[in-house]
Amino acid sequence: MSTLRNMRQNLPVIAPIVALVVLILIGIALNPNFLSYANITNVLARSAFIGIIAIGMTFVITAGGLDLSVGSMAAFVAGLMILVMNLLTDSMGQGLPVILIGIALALGVGILAGFINGILITRAGIEAFILTLGTMGIYRSLVTWLADGGTLSLGYEMREMYRPVYYGGIMGISWPIIVFAALAILGEITMRHTAFGRHCAAIGSNEKVARYSSVSVTRVKLATYVLLGLLVGIAVVMYVPRLGSASATTGLLWELEAIAAVIIGGTLLKGGFGRVWGTVVGVLILSLIGNLLNLTDVVSPYLNGAIQGVVIILAVVLQRNTGTAR
Amino acid sequence: MTDPVLALDGVTKSFGPIEILHGVDFALRPGEVHALIGENGAGKSTTMKILAGYLDPTGGQVKLDGKPIGFSGSDQAEDLGVIMIHQEFNLAEHLSVDQNVFLGRELTKGWRLDHKSMRQRTADLLKRLHCKVDPGARVSGISVPDKQMVEIAKALSRKARVLIMDEPTAVLTERETEILFEQVERLRAEGVAILYTSHKLGEVKRIADRVTVLRDGTMVRSDLTADVTEDDMAAAMVGRELSDLFPPKLTGSDEPILTARNITVPGIVDDASLTLHKGEVLGIGGLVGSGRTELAEAIAGLRPRSGTVTLMDRDLPAGDVAQAMKAGLAYLTEDRKGAGLLLDKSLRENLTLPLLETFGSPLIERKREDAALDRAIEDFAIRAPARDMAVGDLSGGNQQKLLLAKTLLSNPQVVIIDEPTRGIDIGTKQQIYTLIAKLAAEGRSIIVISSEMPELIGLASRVVVMHAGRIAGELAGADVTEGGIVRLAMGMDGTSKDSAA
Repeated sequence: MSTLRNMRQNLPVIAPIVALVVLILIGIALNPNFLSYANITNVLARSAFIGIIAIGMTFVITAGGLDLSVGSMAAFVAGLMILVMNLLTDSMGQGLPVILIGIALALGVGILAGFINGILITRAGIEAFILTLGTMGIYRSLVTWLADGGTLSLGYEMREMYRPVYYGGIMGISWPIIVFAALAILGEITMRHTAFGRHCAAIGSNEKVARYSSVSVTRVKLATYVLLGLLVGIAVVMYVPRLGSASATTGLLWELEAIAAVIIGGTLLKGGFGRVWGTVVGVLILSLIGNLLNLTDVVSPYLNGAIQGVVIILAVVLQRNTGTAR
Repeated sequence: MTDPVLALDGVTKSFGPIEILHGVDFALRPGEVHALIGENGAGKSTTMKILAGYLDPTGGQVKLDGKPIGFSGSDQAEDLGVIMIHQEFNLAEHLSVDQNVFLGRELTKGWRLDHKSMRQRTADLLKRLHCKVDPGARVSGISVPDKQMVEIAKALSRKARVLIMDEPTAVLTERETEILFEQVERLRAEGVAILYTSHKLGEVKRIADRVTVLRDGTMVRSDLTADVTEDDMAAAMVGRELSDLFPPKLTGSDEPILTARNITVPGIVDDASLTLHKGEVLGIGGLVGSGRTELAEAIAGLRPRSGTVTLMDRDLPAGDVAQAMKAGLAYLTEDRKGAGLLLDKSLRENLTLPLLETFGSPLIERKREDAALDRAIEDFAIRAPARDMAVGDLSGGNQQKLLLAKTLLSNPQVVIIDEPTRGIDIGTKQQIYTLIAKLAAEGRSIIVISSEMPELIGLASRVVVMHAGRIAGELAGADVTEGGIVRLAMGMDGTSKDSAA
């Protein structure tokens, strides 16, 4: 009896893994190419951008916040990065320094954008949903303006030079996958085993208790937004070499996919409990659904969004009535 | 004797395989105030919830007017006039007082809400209760005792035949308790059957006609209040004789350890100063809302303030709780559930939260945390069925002990304890009193804030009393009496410097 009860209590814990395993089994059954090296690396590399952002989103949501601006922020950072790199190529010529400056710029602007979100939420006391809804519109509009309504493209030679950051790798594993995996491990350790992670959960659980326990609430909350901004920057650094361009539609709906992955992974939307490994599983589930629909013709790929929607709703239903301490 | 209106007949209740009520039977009669007392976890809440239709009994019967009844839920019970007022209020914070009173049973004129009559009826009800709250005020903005009155007004508006109150006086000061008791007496005269629980035996003796004692889910005794003494009740609850509740008092040294000068919190605390000596237990008395808690929070760095706080010759910056803690000052909040503990987290995570950095950096060492919890469980006699359970599932007494352990984790030299025993049973109270005395004996200095007169008198060698945000006066030694404290708390002392100024 106790094992049965344990299993029922653990259902929210293991449900994302079960779902992932089921998806993989369905994939194997439907298409022999599913487990092929090419397909797996393709799925993982494409998940990496949203995955990296979702890791940061896990901390923000765990601490009781939310950030809707990340997709637009990614597009804006990418656009700015390309614009500056093209300008620098004109004055400095092609070469590694231009790429390094571009990367530094992307990370710096990401951190700054996260800082702006965070400082306005924590110091000016603006509701996270409203504020990031606002900055989402601002960044989206800024990138459209930078691209003059069209597309910003990196110069051909620079693109060739930068390409390996997405397409290259070591031992047959491409860089985005390696970076995603490393950040996921780092994120999981930070969430579970450091004071910062514990403070995030405490603040999300009850901000007043955290404050009375001498946790510096504003600093920790600000740090979650800055961290997310930095991760958006890293995602952009991996994303730009893939297509070498940015436009008004870059990163569209990434924020919702990232939030969905966090929730499917078992992090509570109202804050107080988060797990990075769950988010990674959530990201994989969402991209595998799309991949499966593309590989088979049982269900139309146009229904991708519908199936993802059902998964998100199921995840939230499973989150309810969890009684034990987390 | 009148016939019972609501009765339990051999009621048992099990949660899963564990039976926590073993055959309880007692009866509520019209025009009688019935007190239900027992330690935390004795089964009082479960009994009340069964009476009010929130829970079904596992065995036995609930009888209404002598006939067995199975309430389909609390709604049906309320329709039949059985109304329970919870310790944690059931009020919609964002709605106004009158909207709350008529919530779910709004008066209408055709298809439109009849705002005018609802407001008028609420005003009438509140007037009956001598409650000065504006019916149009938002509930989130009114005081805790006023919320209690709104709950009672709500019950009255439903024509209650049976009124069940879960520790109604826990959050009230003595004066507010008096007002509540006047209402209880009036309801009794009108023939309402009243059941209430309290940890304050003096109150039980004063207001109840009949008292029933629960211990570990069993009914130990049920008597007319006139036939039992407070000591009898306490002994029946605990199952043993309670020797003196308070340990002997220690007088501290003359060496000041904490000095607060001219503390002002705008609109709440006005130019308050106090000095705490080493090894002393200093009491702060006053009515709820007199600024006691706010003064303590301002000293502890939890509220913006003006004025200076000096701890062992170091000035503490305003609004910086981490600095205050590092300097050796800890504050234990009166709001255990709202500001003290993370209810959905485990004991370990709650215990180490204020000092996480000292448990390993960058990675927290789980072993050291577990060792700290082992020590806390032993030192504070915390009884938890499982170590990894959510703190919210612990009894109030054990929560309070855990909160004490958490507060004392930083090994503070000065501890401010706000309402040390709110809502906990008498056995745990005694443990906490002993602990406070032990802390003082170790040379620590303690400030105790309390609404309970016996607590202040029993613990503190010196009591500072606040009234309307100011220090109304100070009592020491033999002058620490109930009368003295009350006079100062009500602002009645003519010699007070405030009124002279």
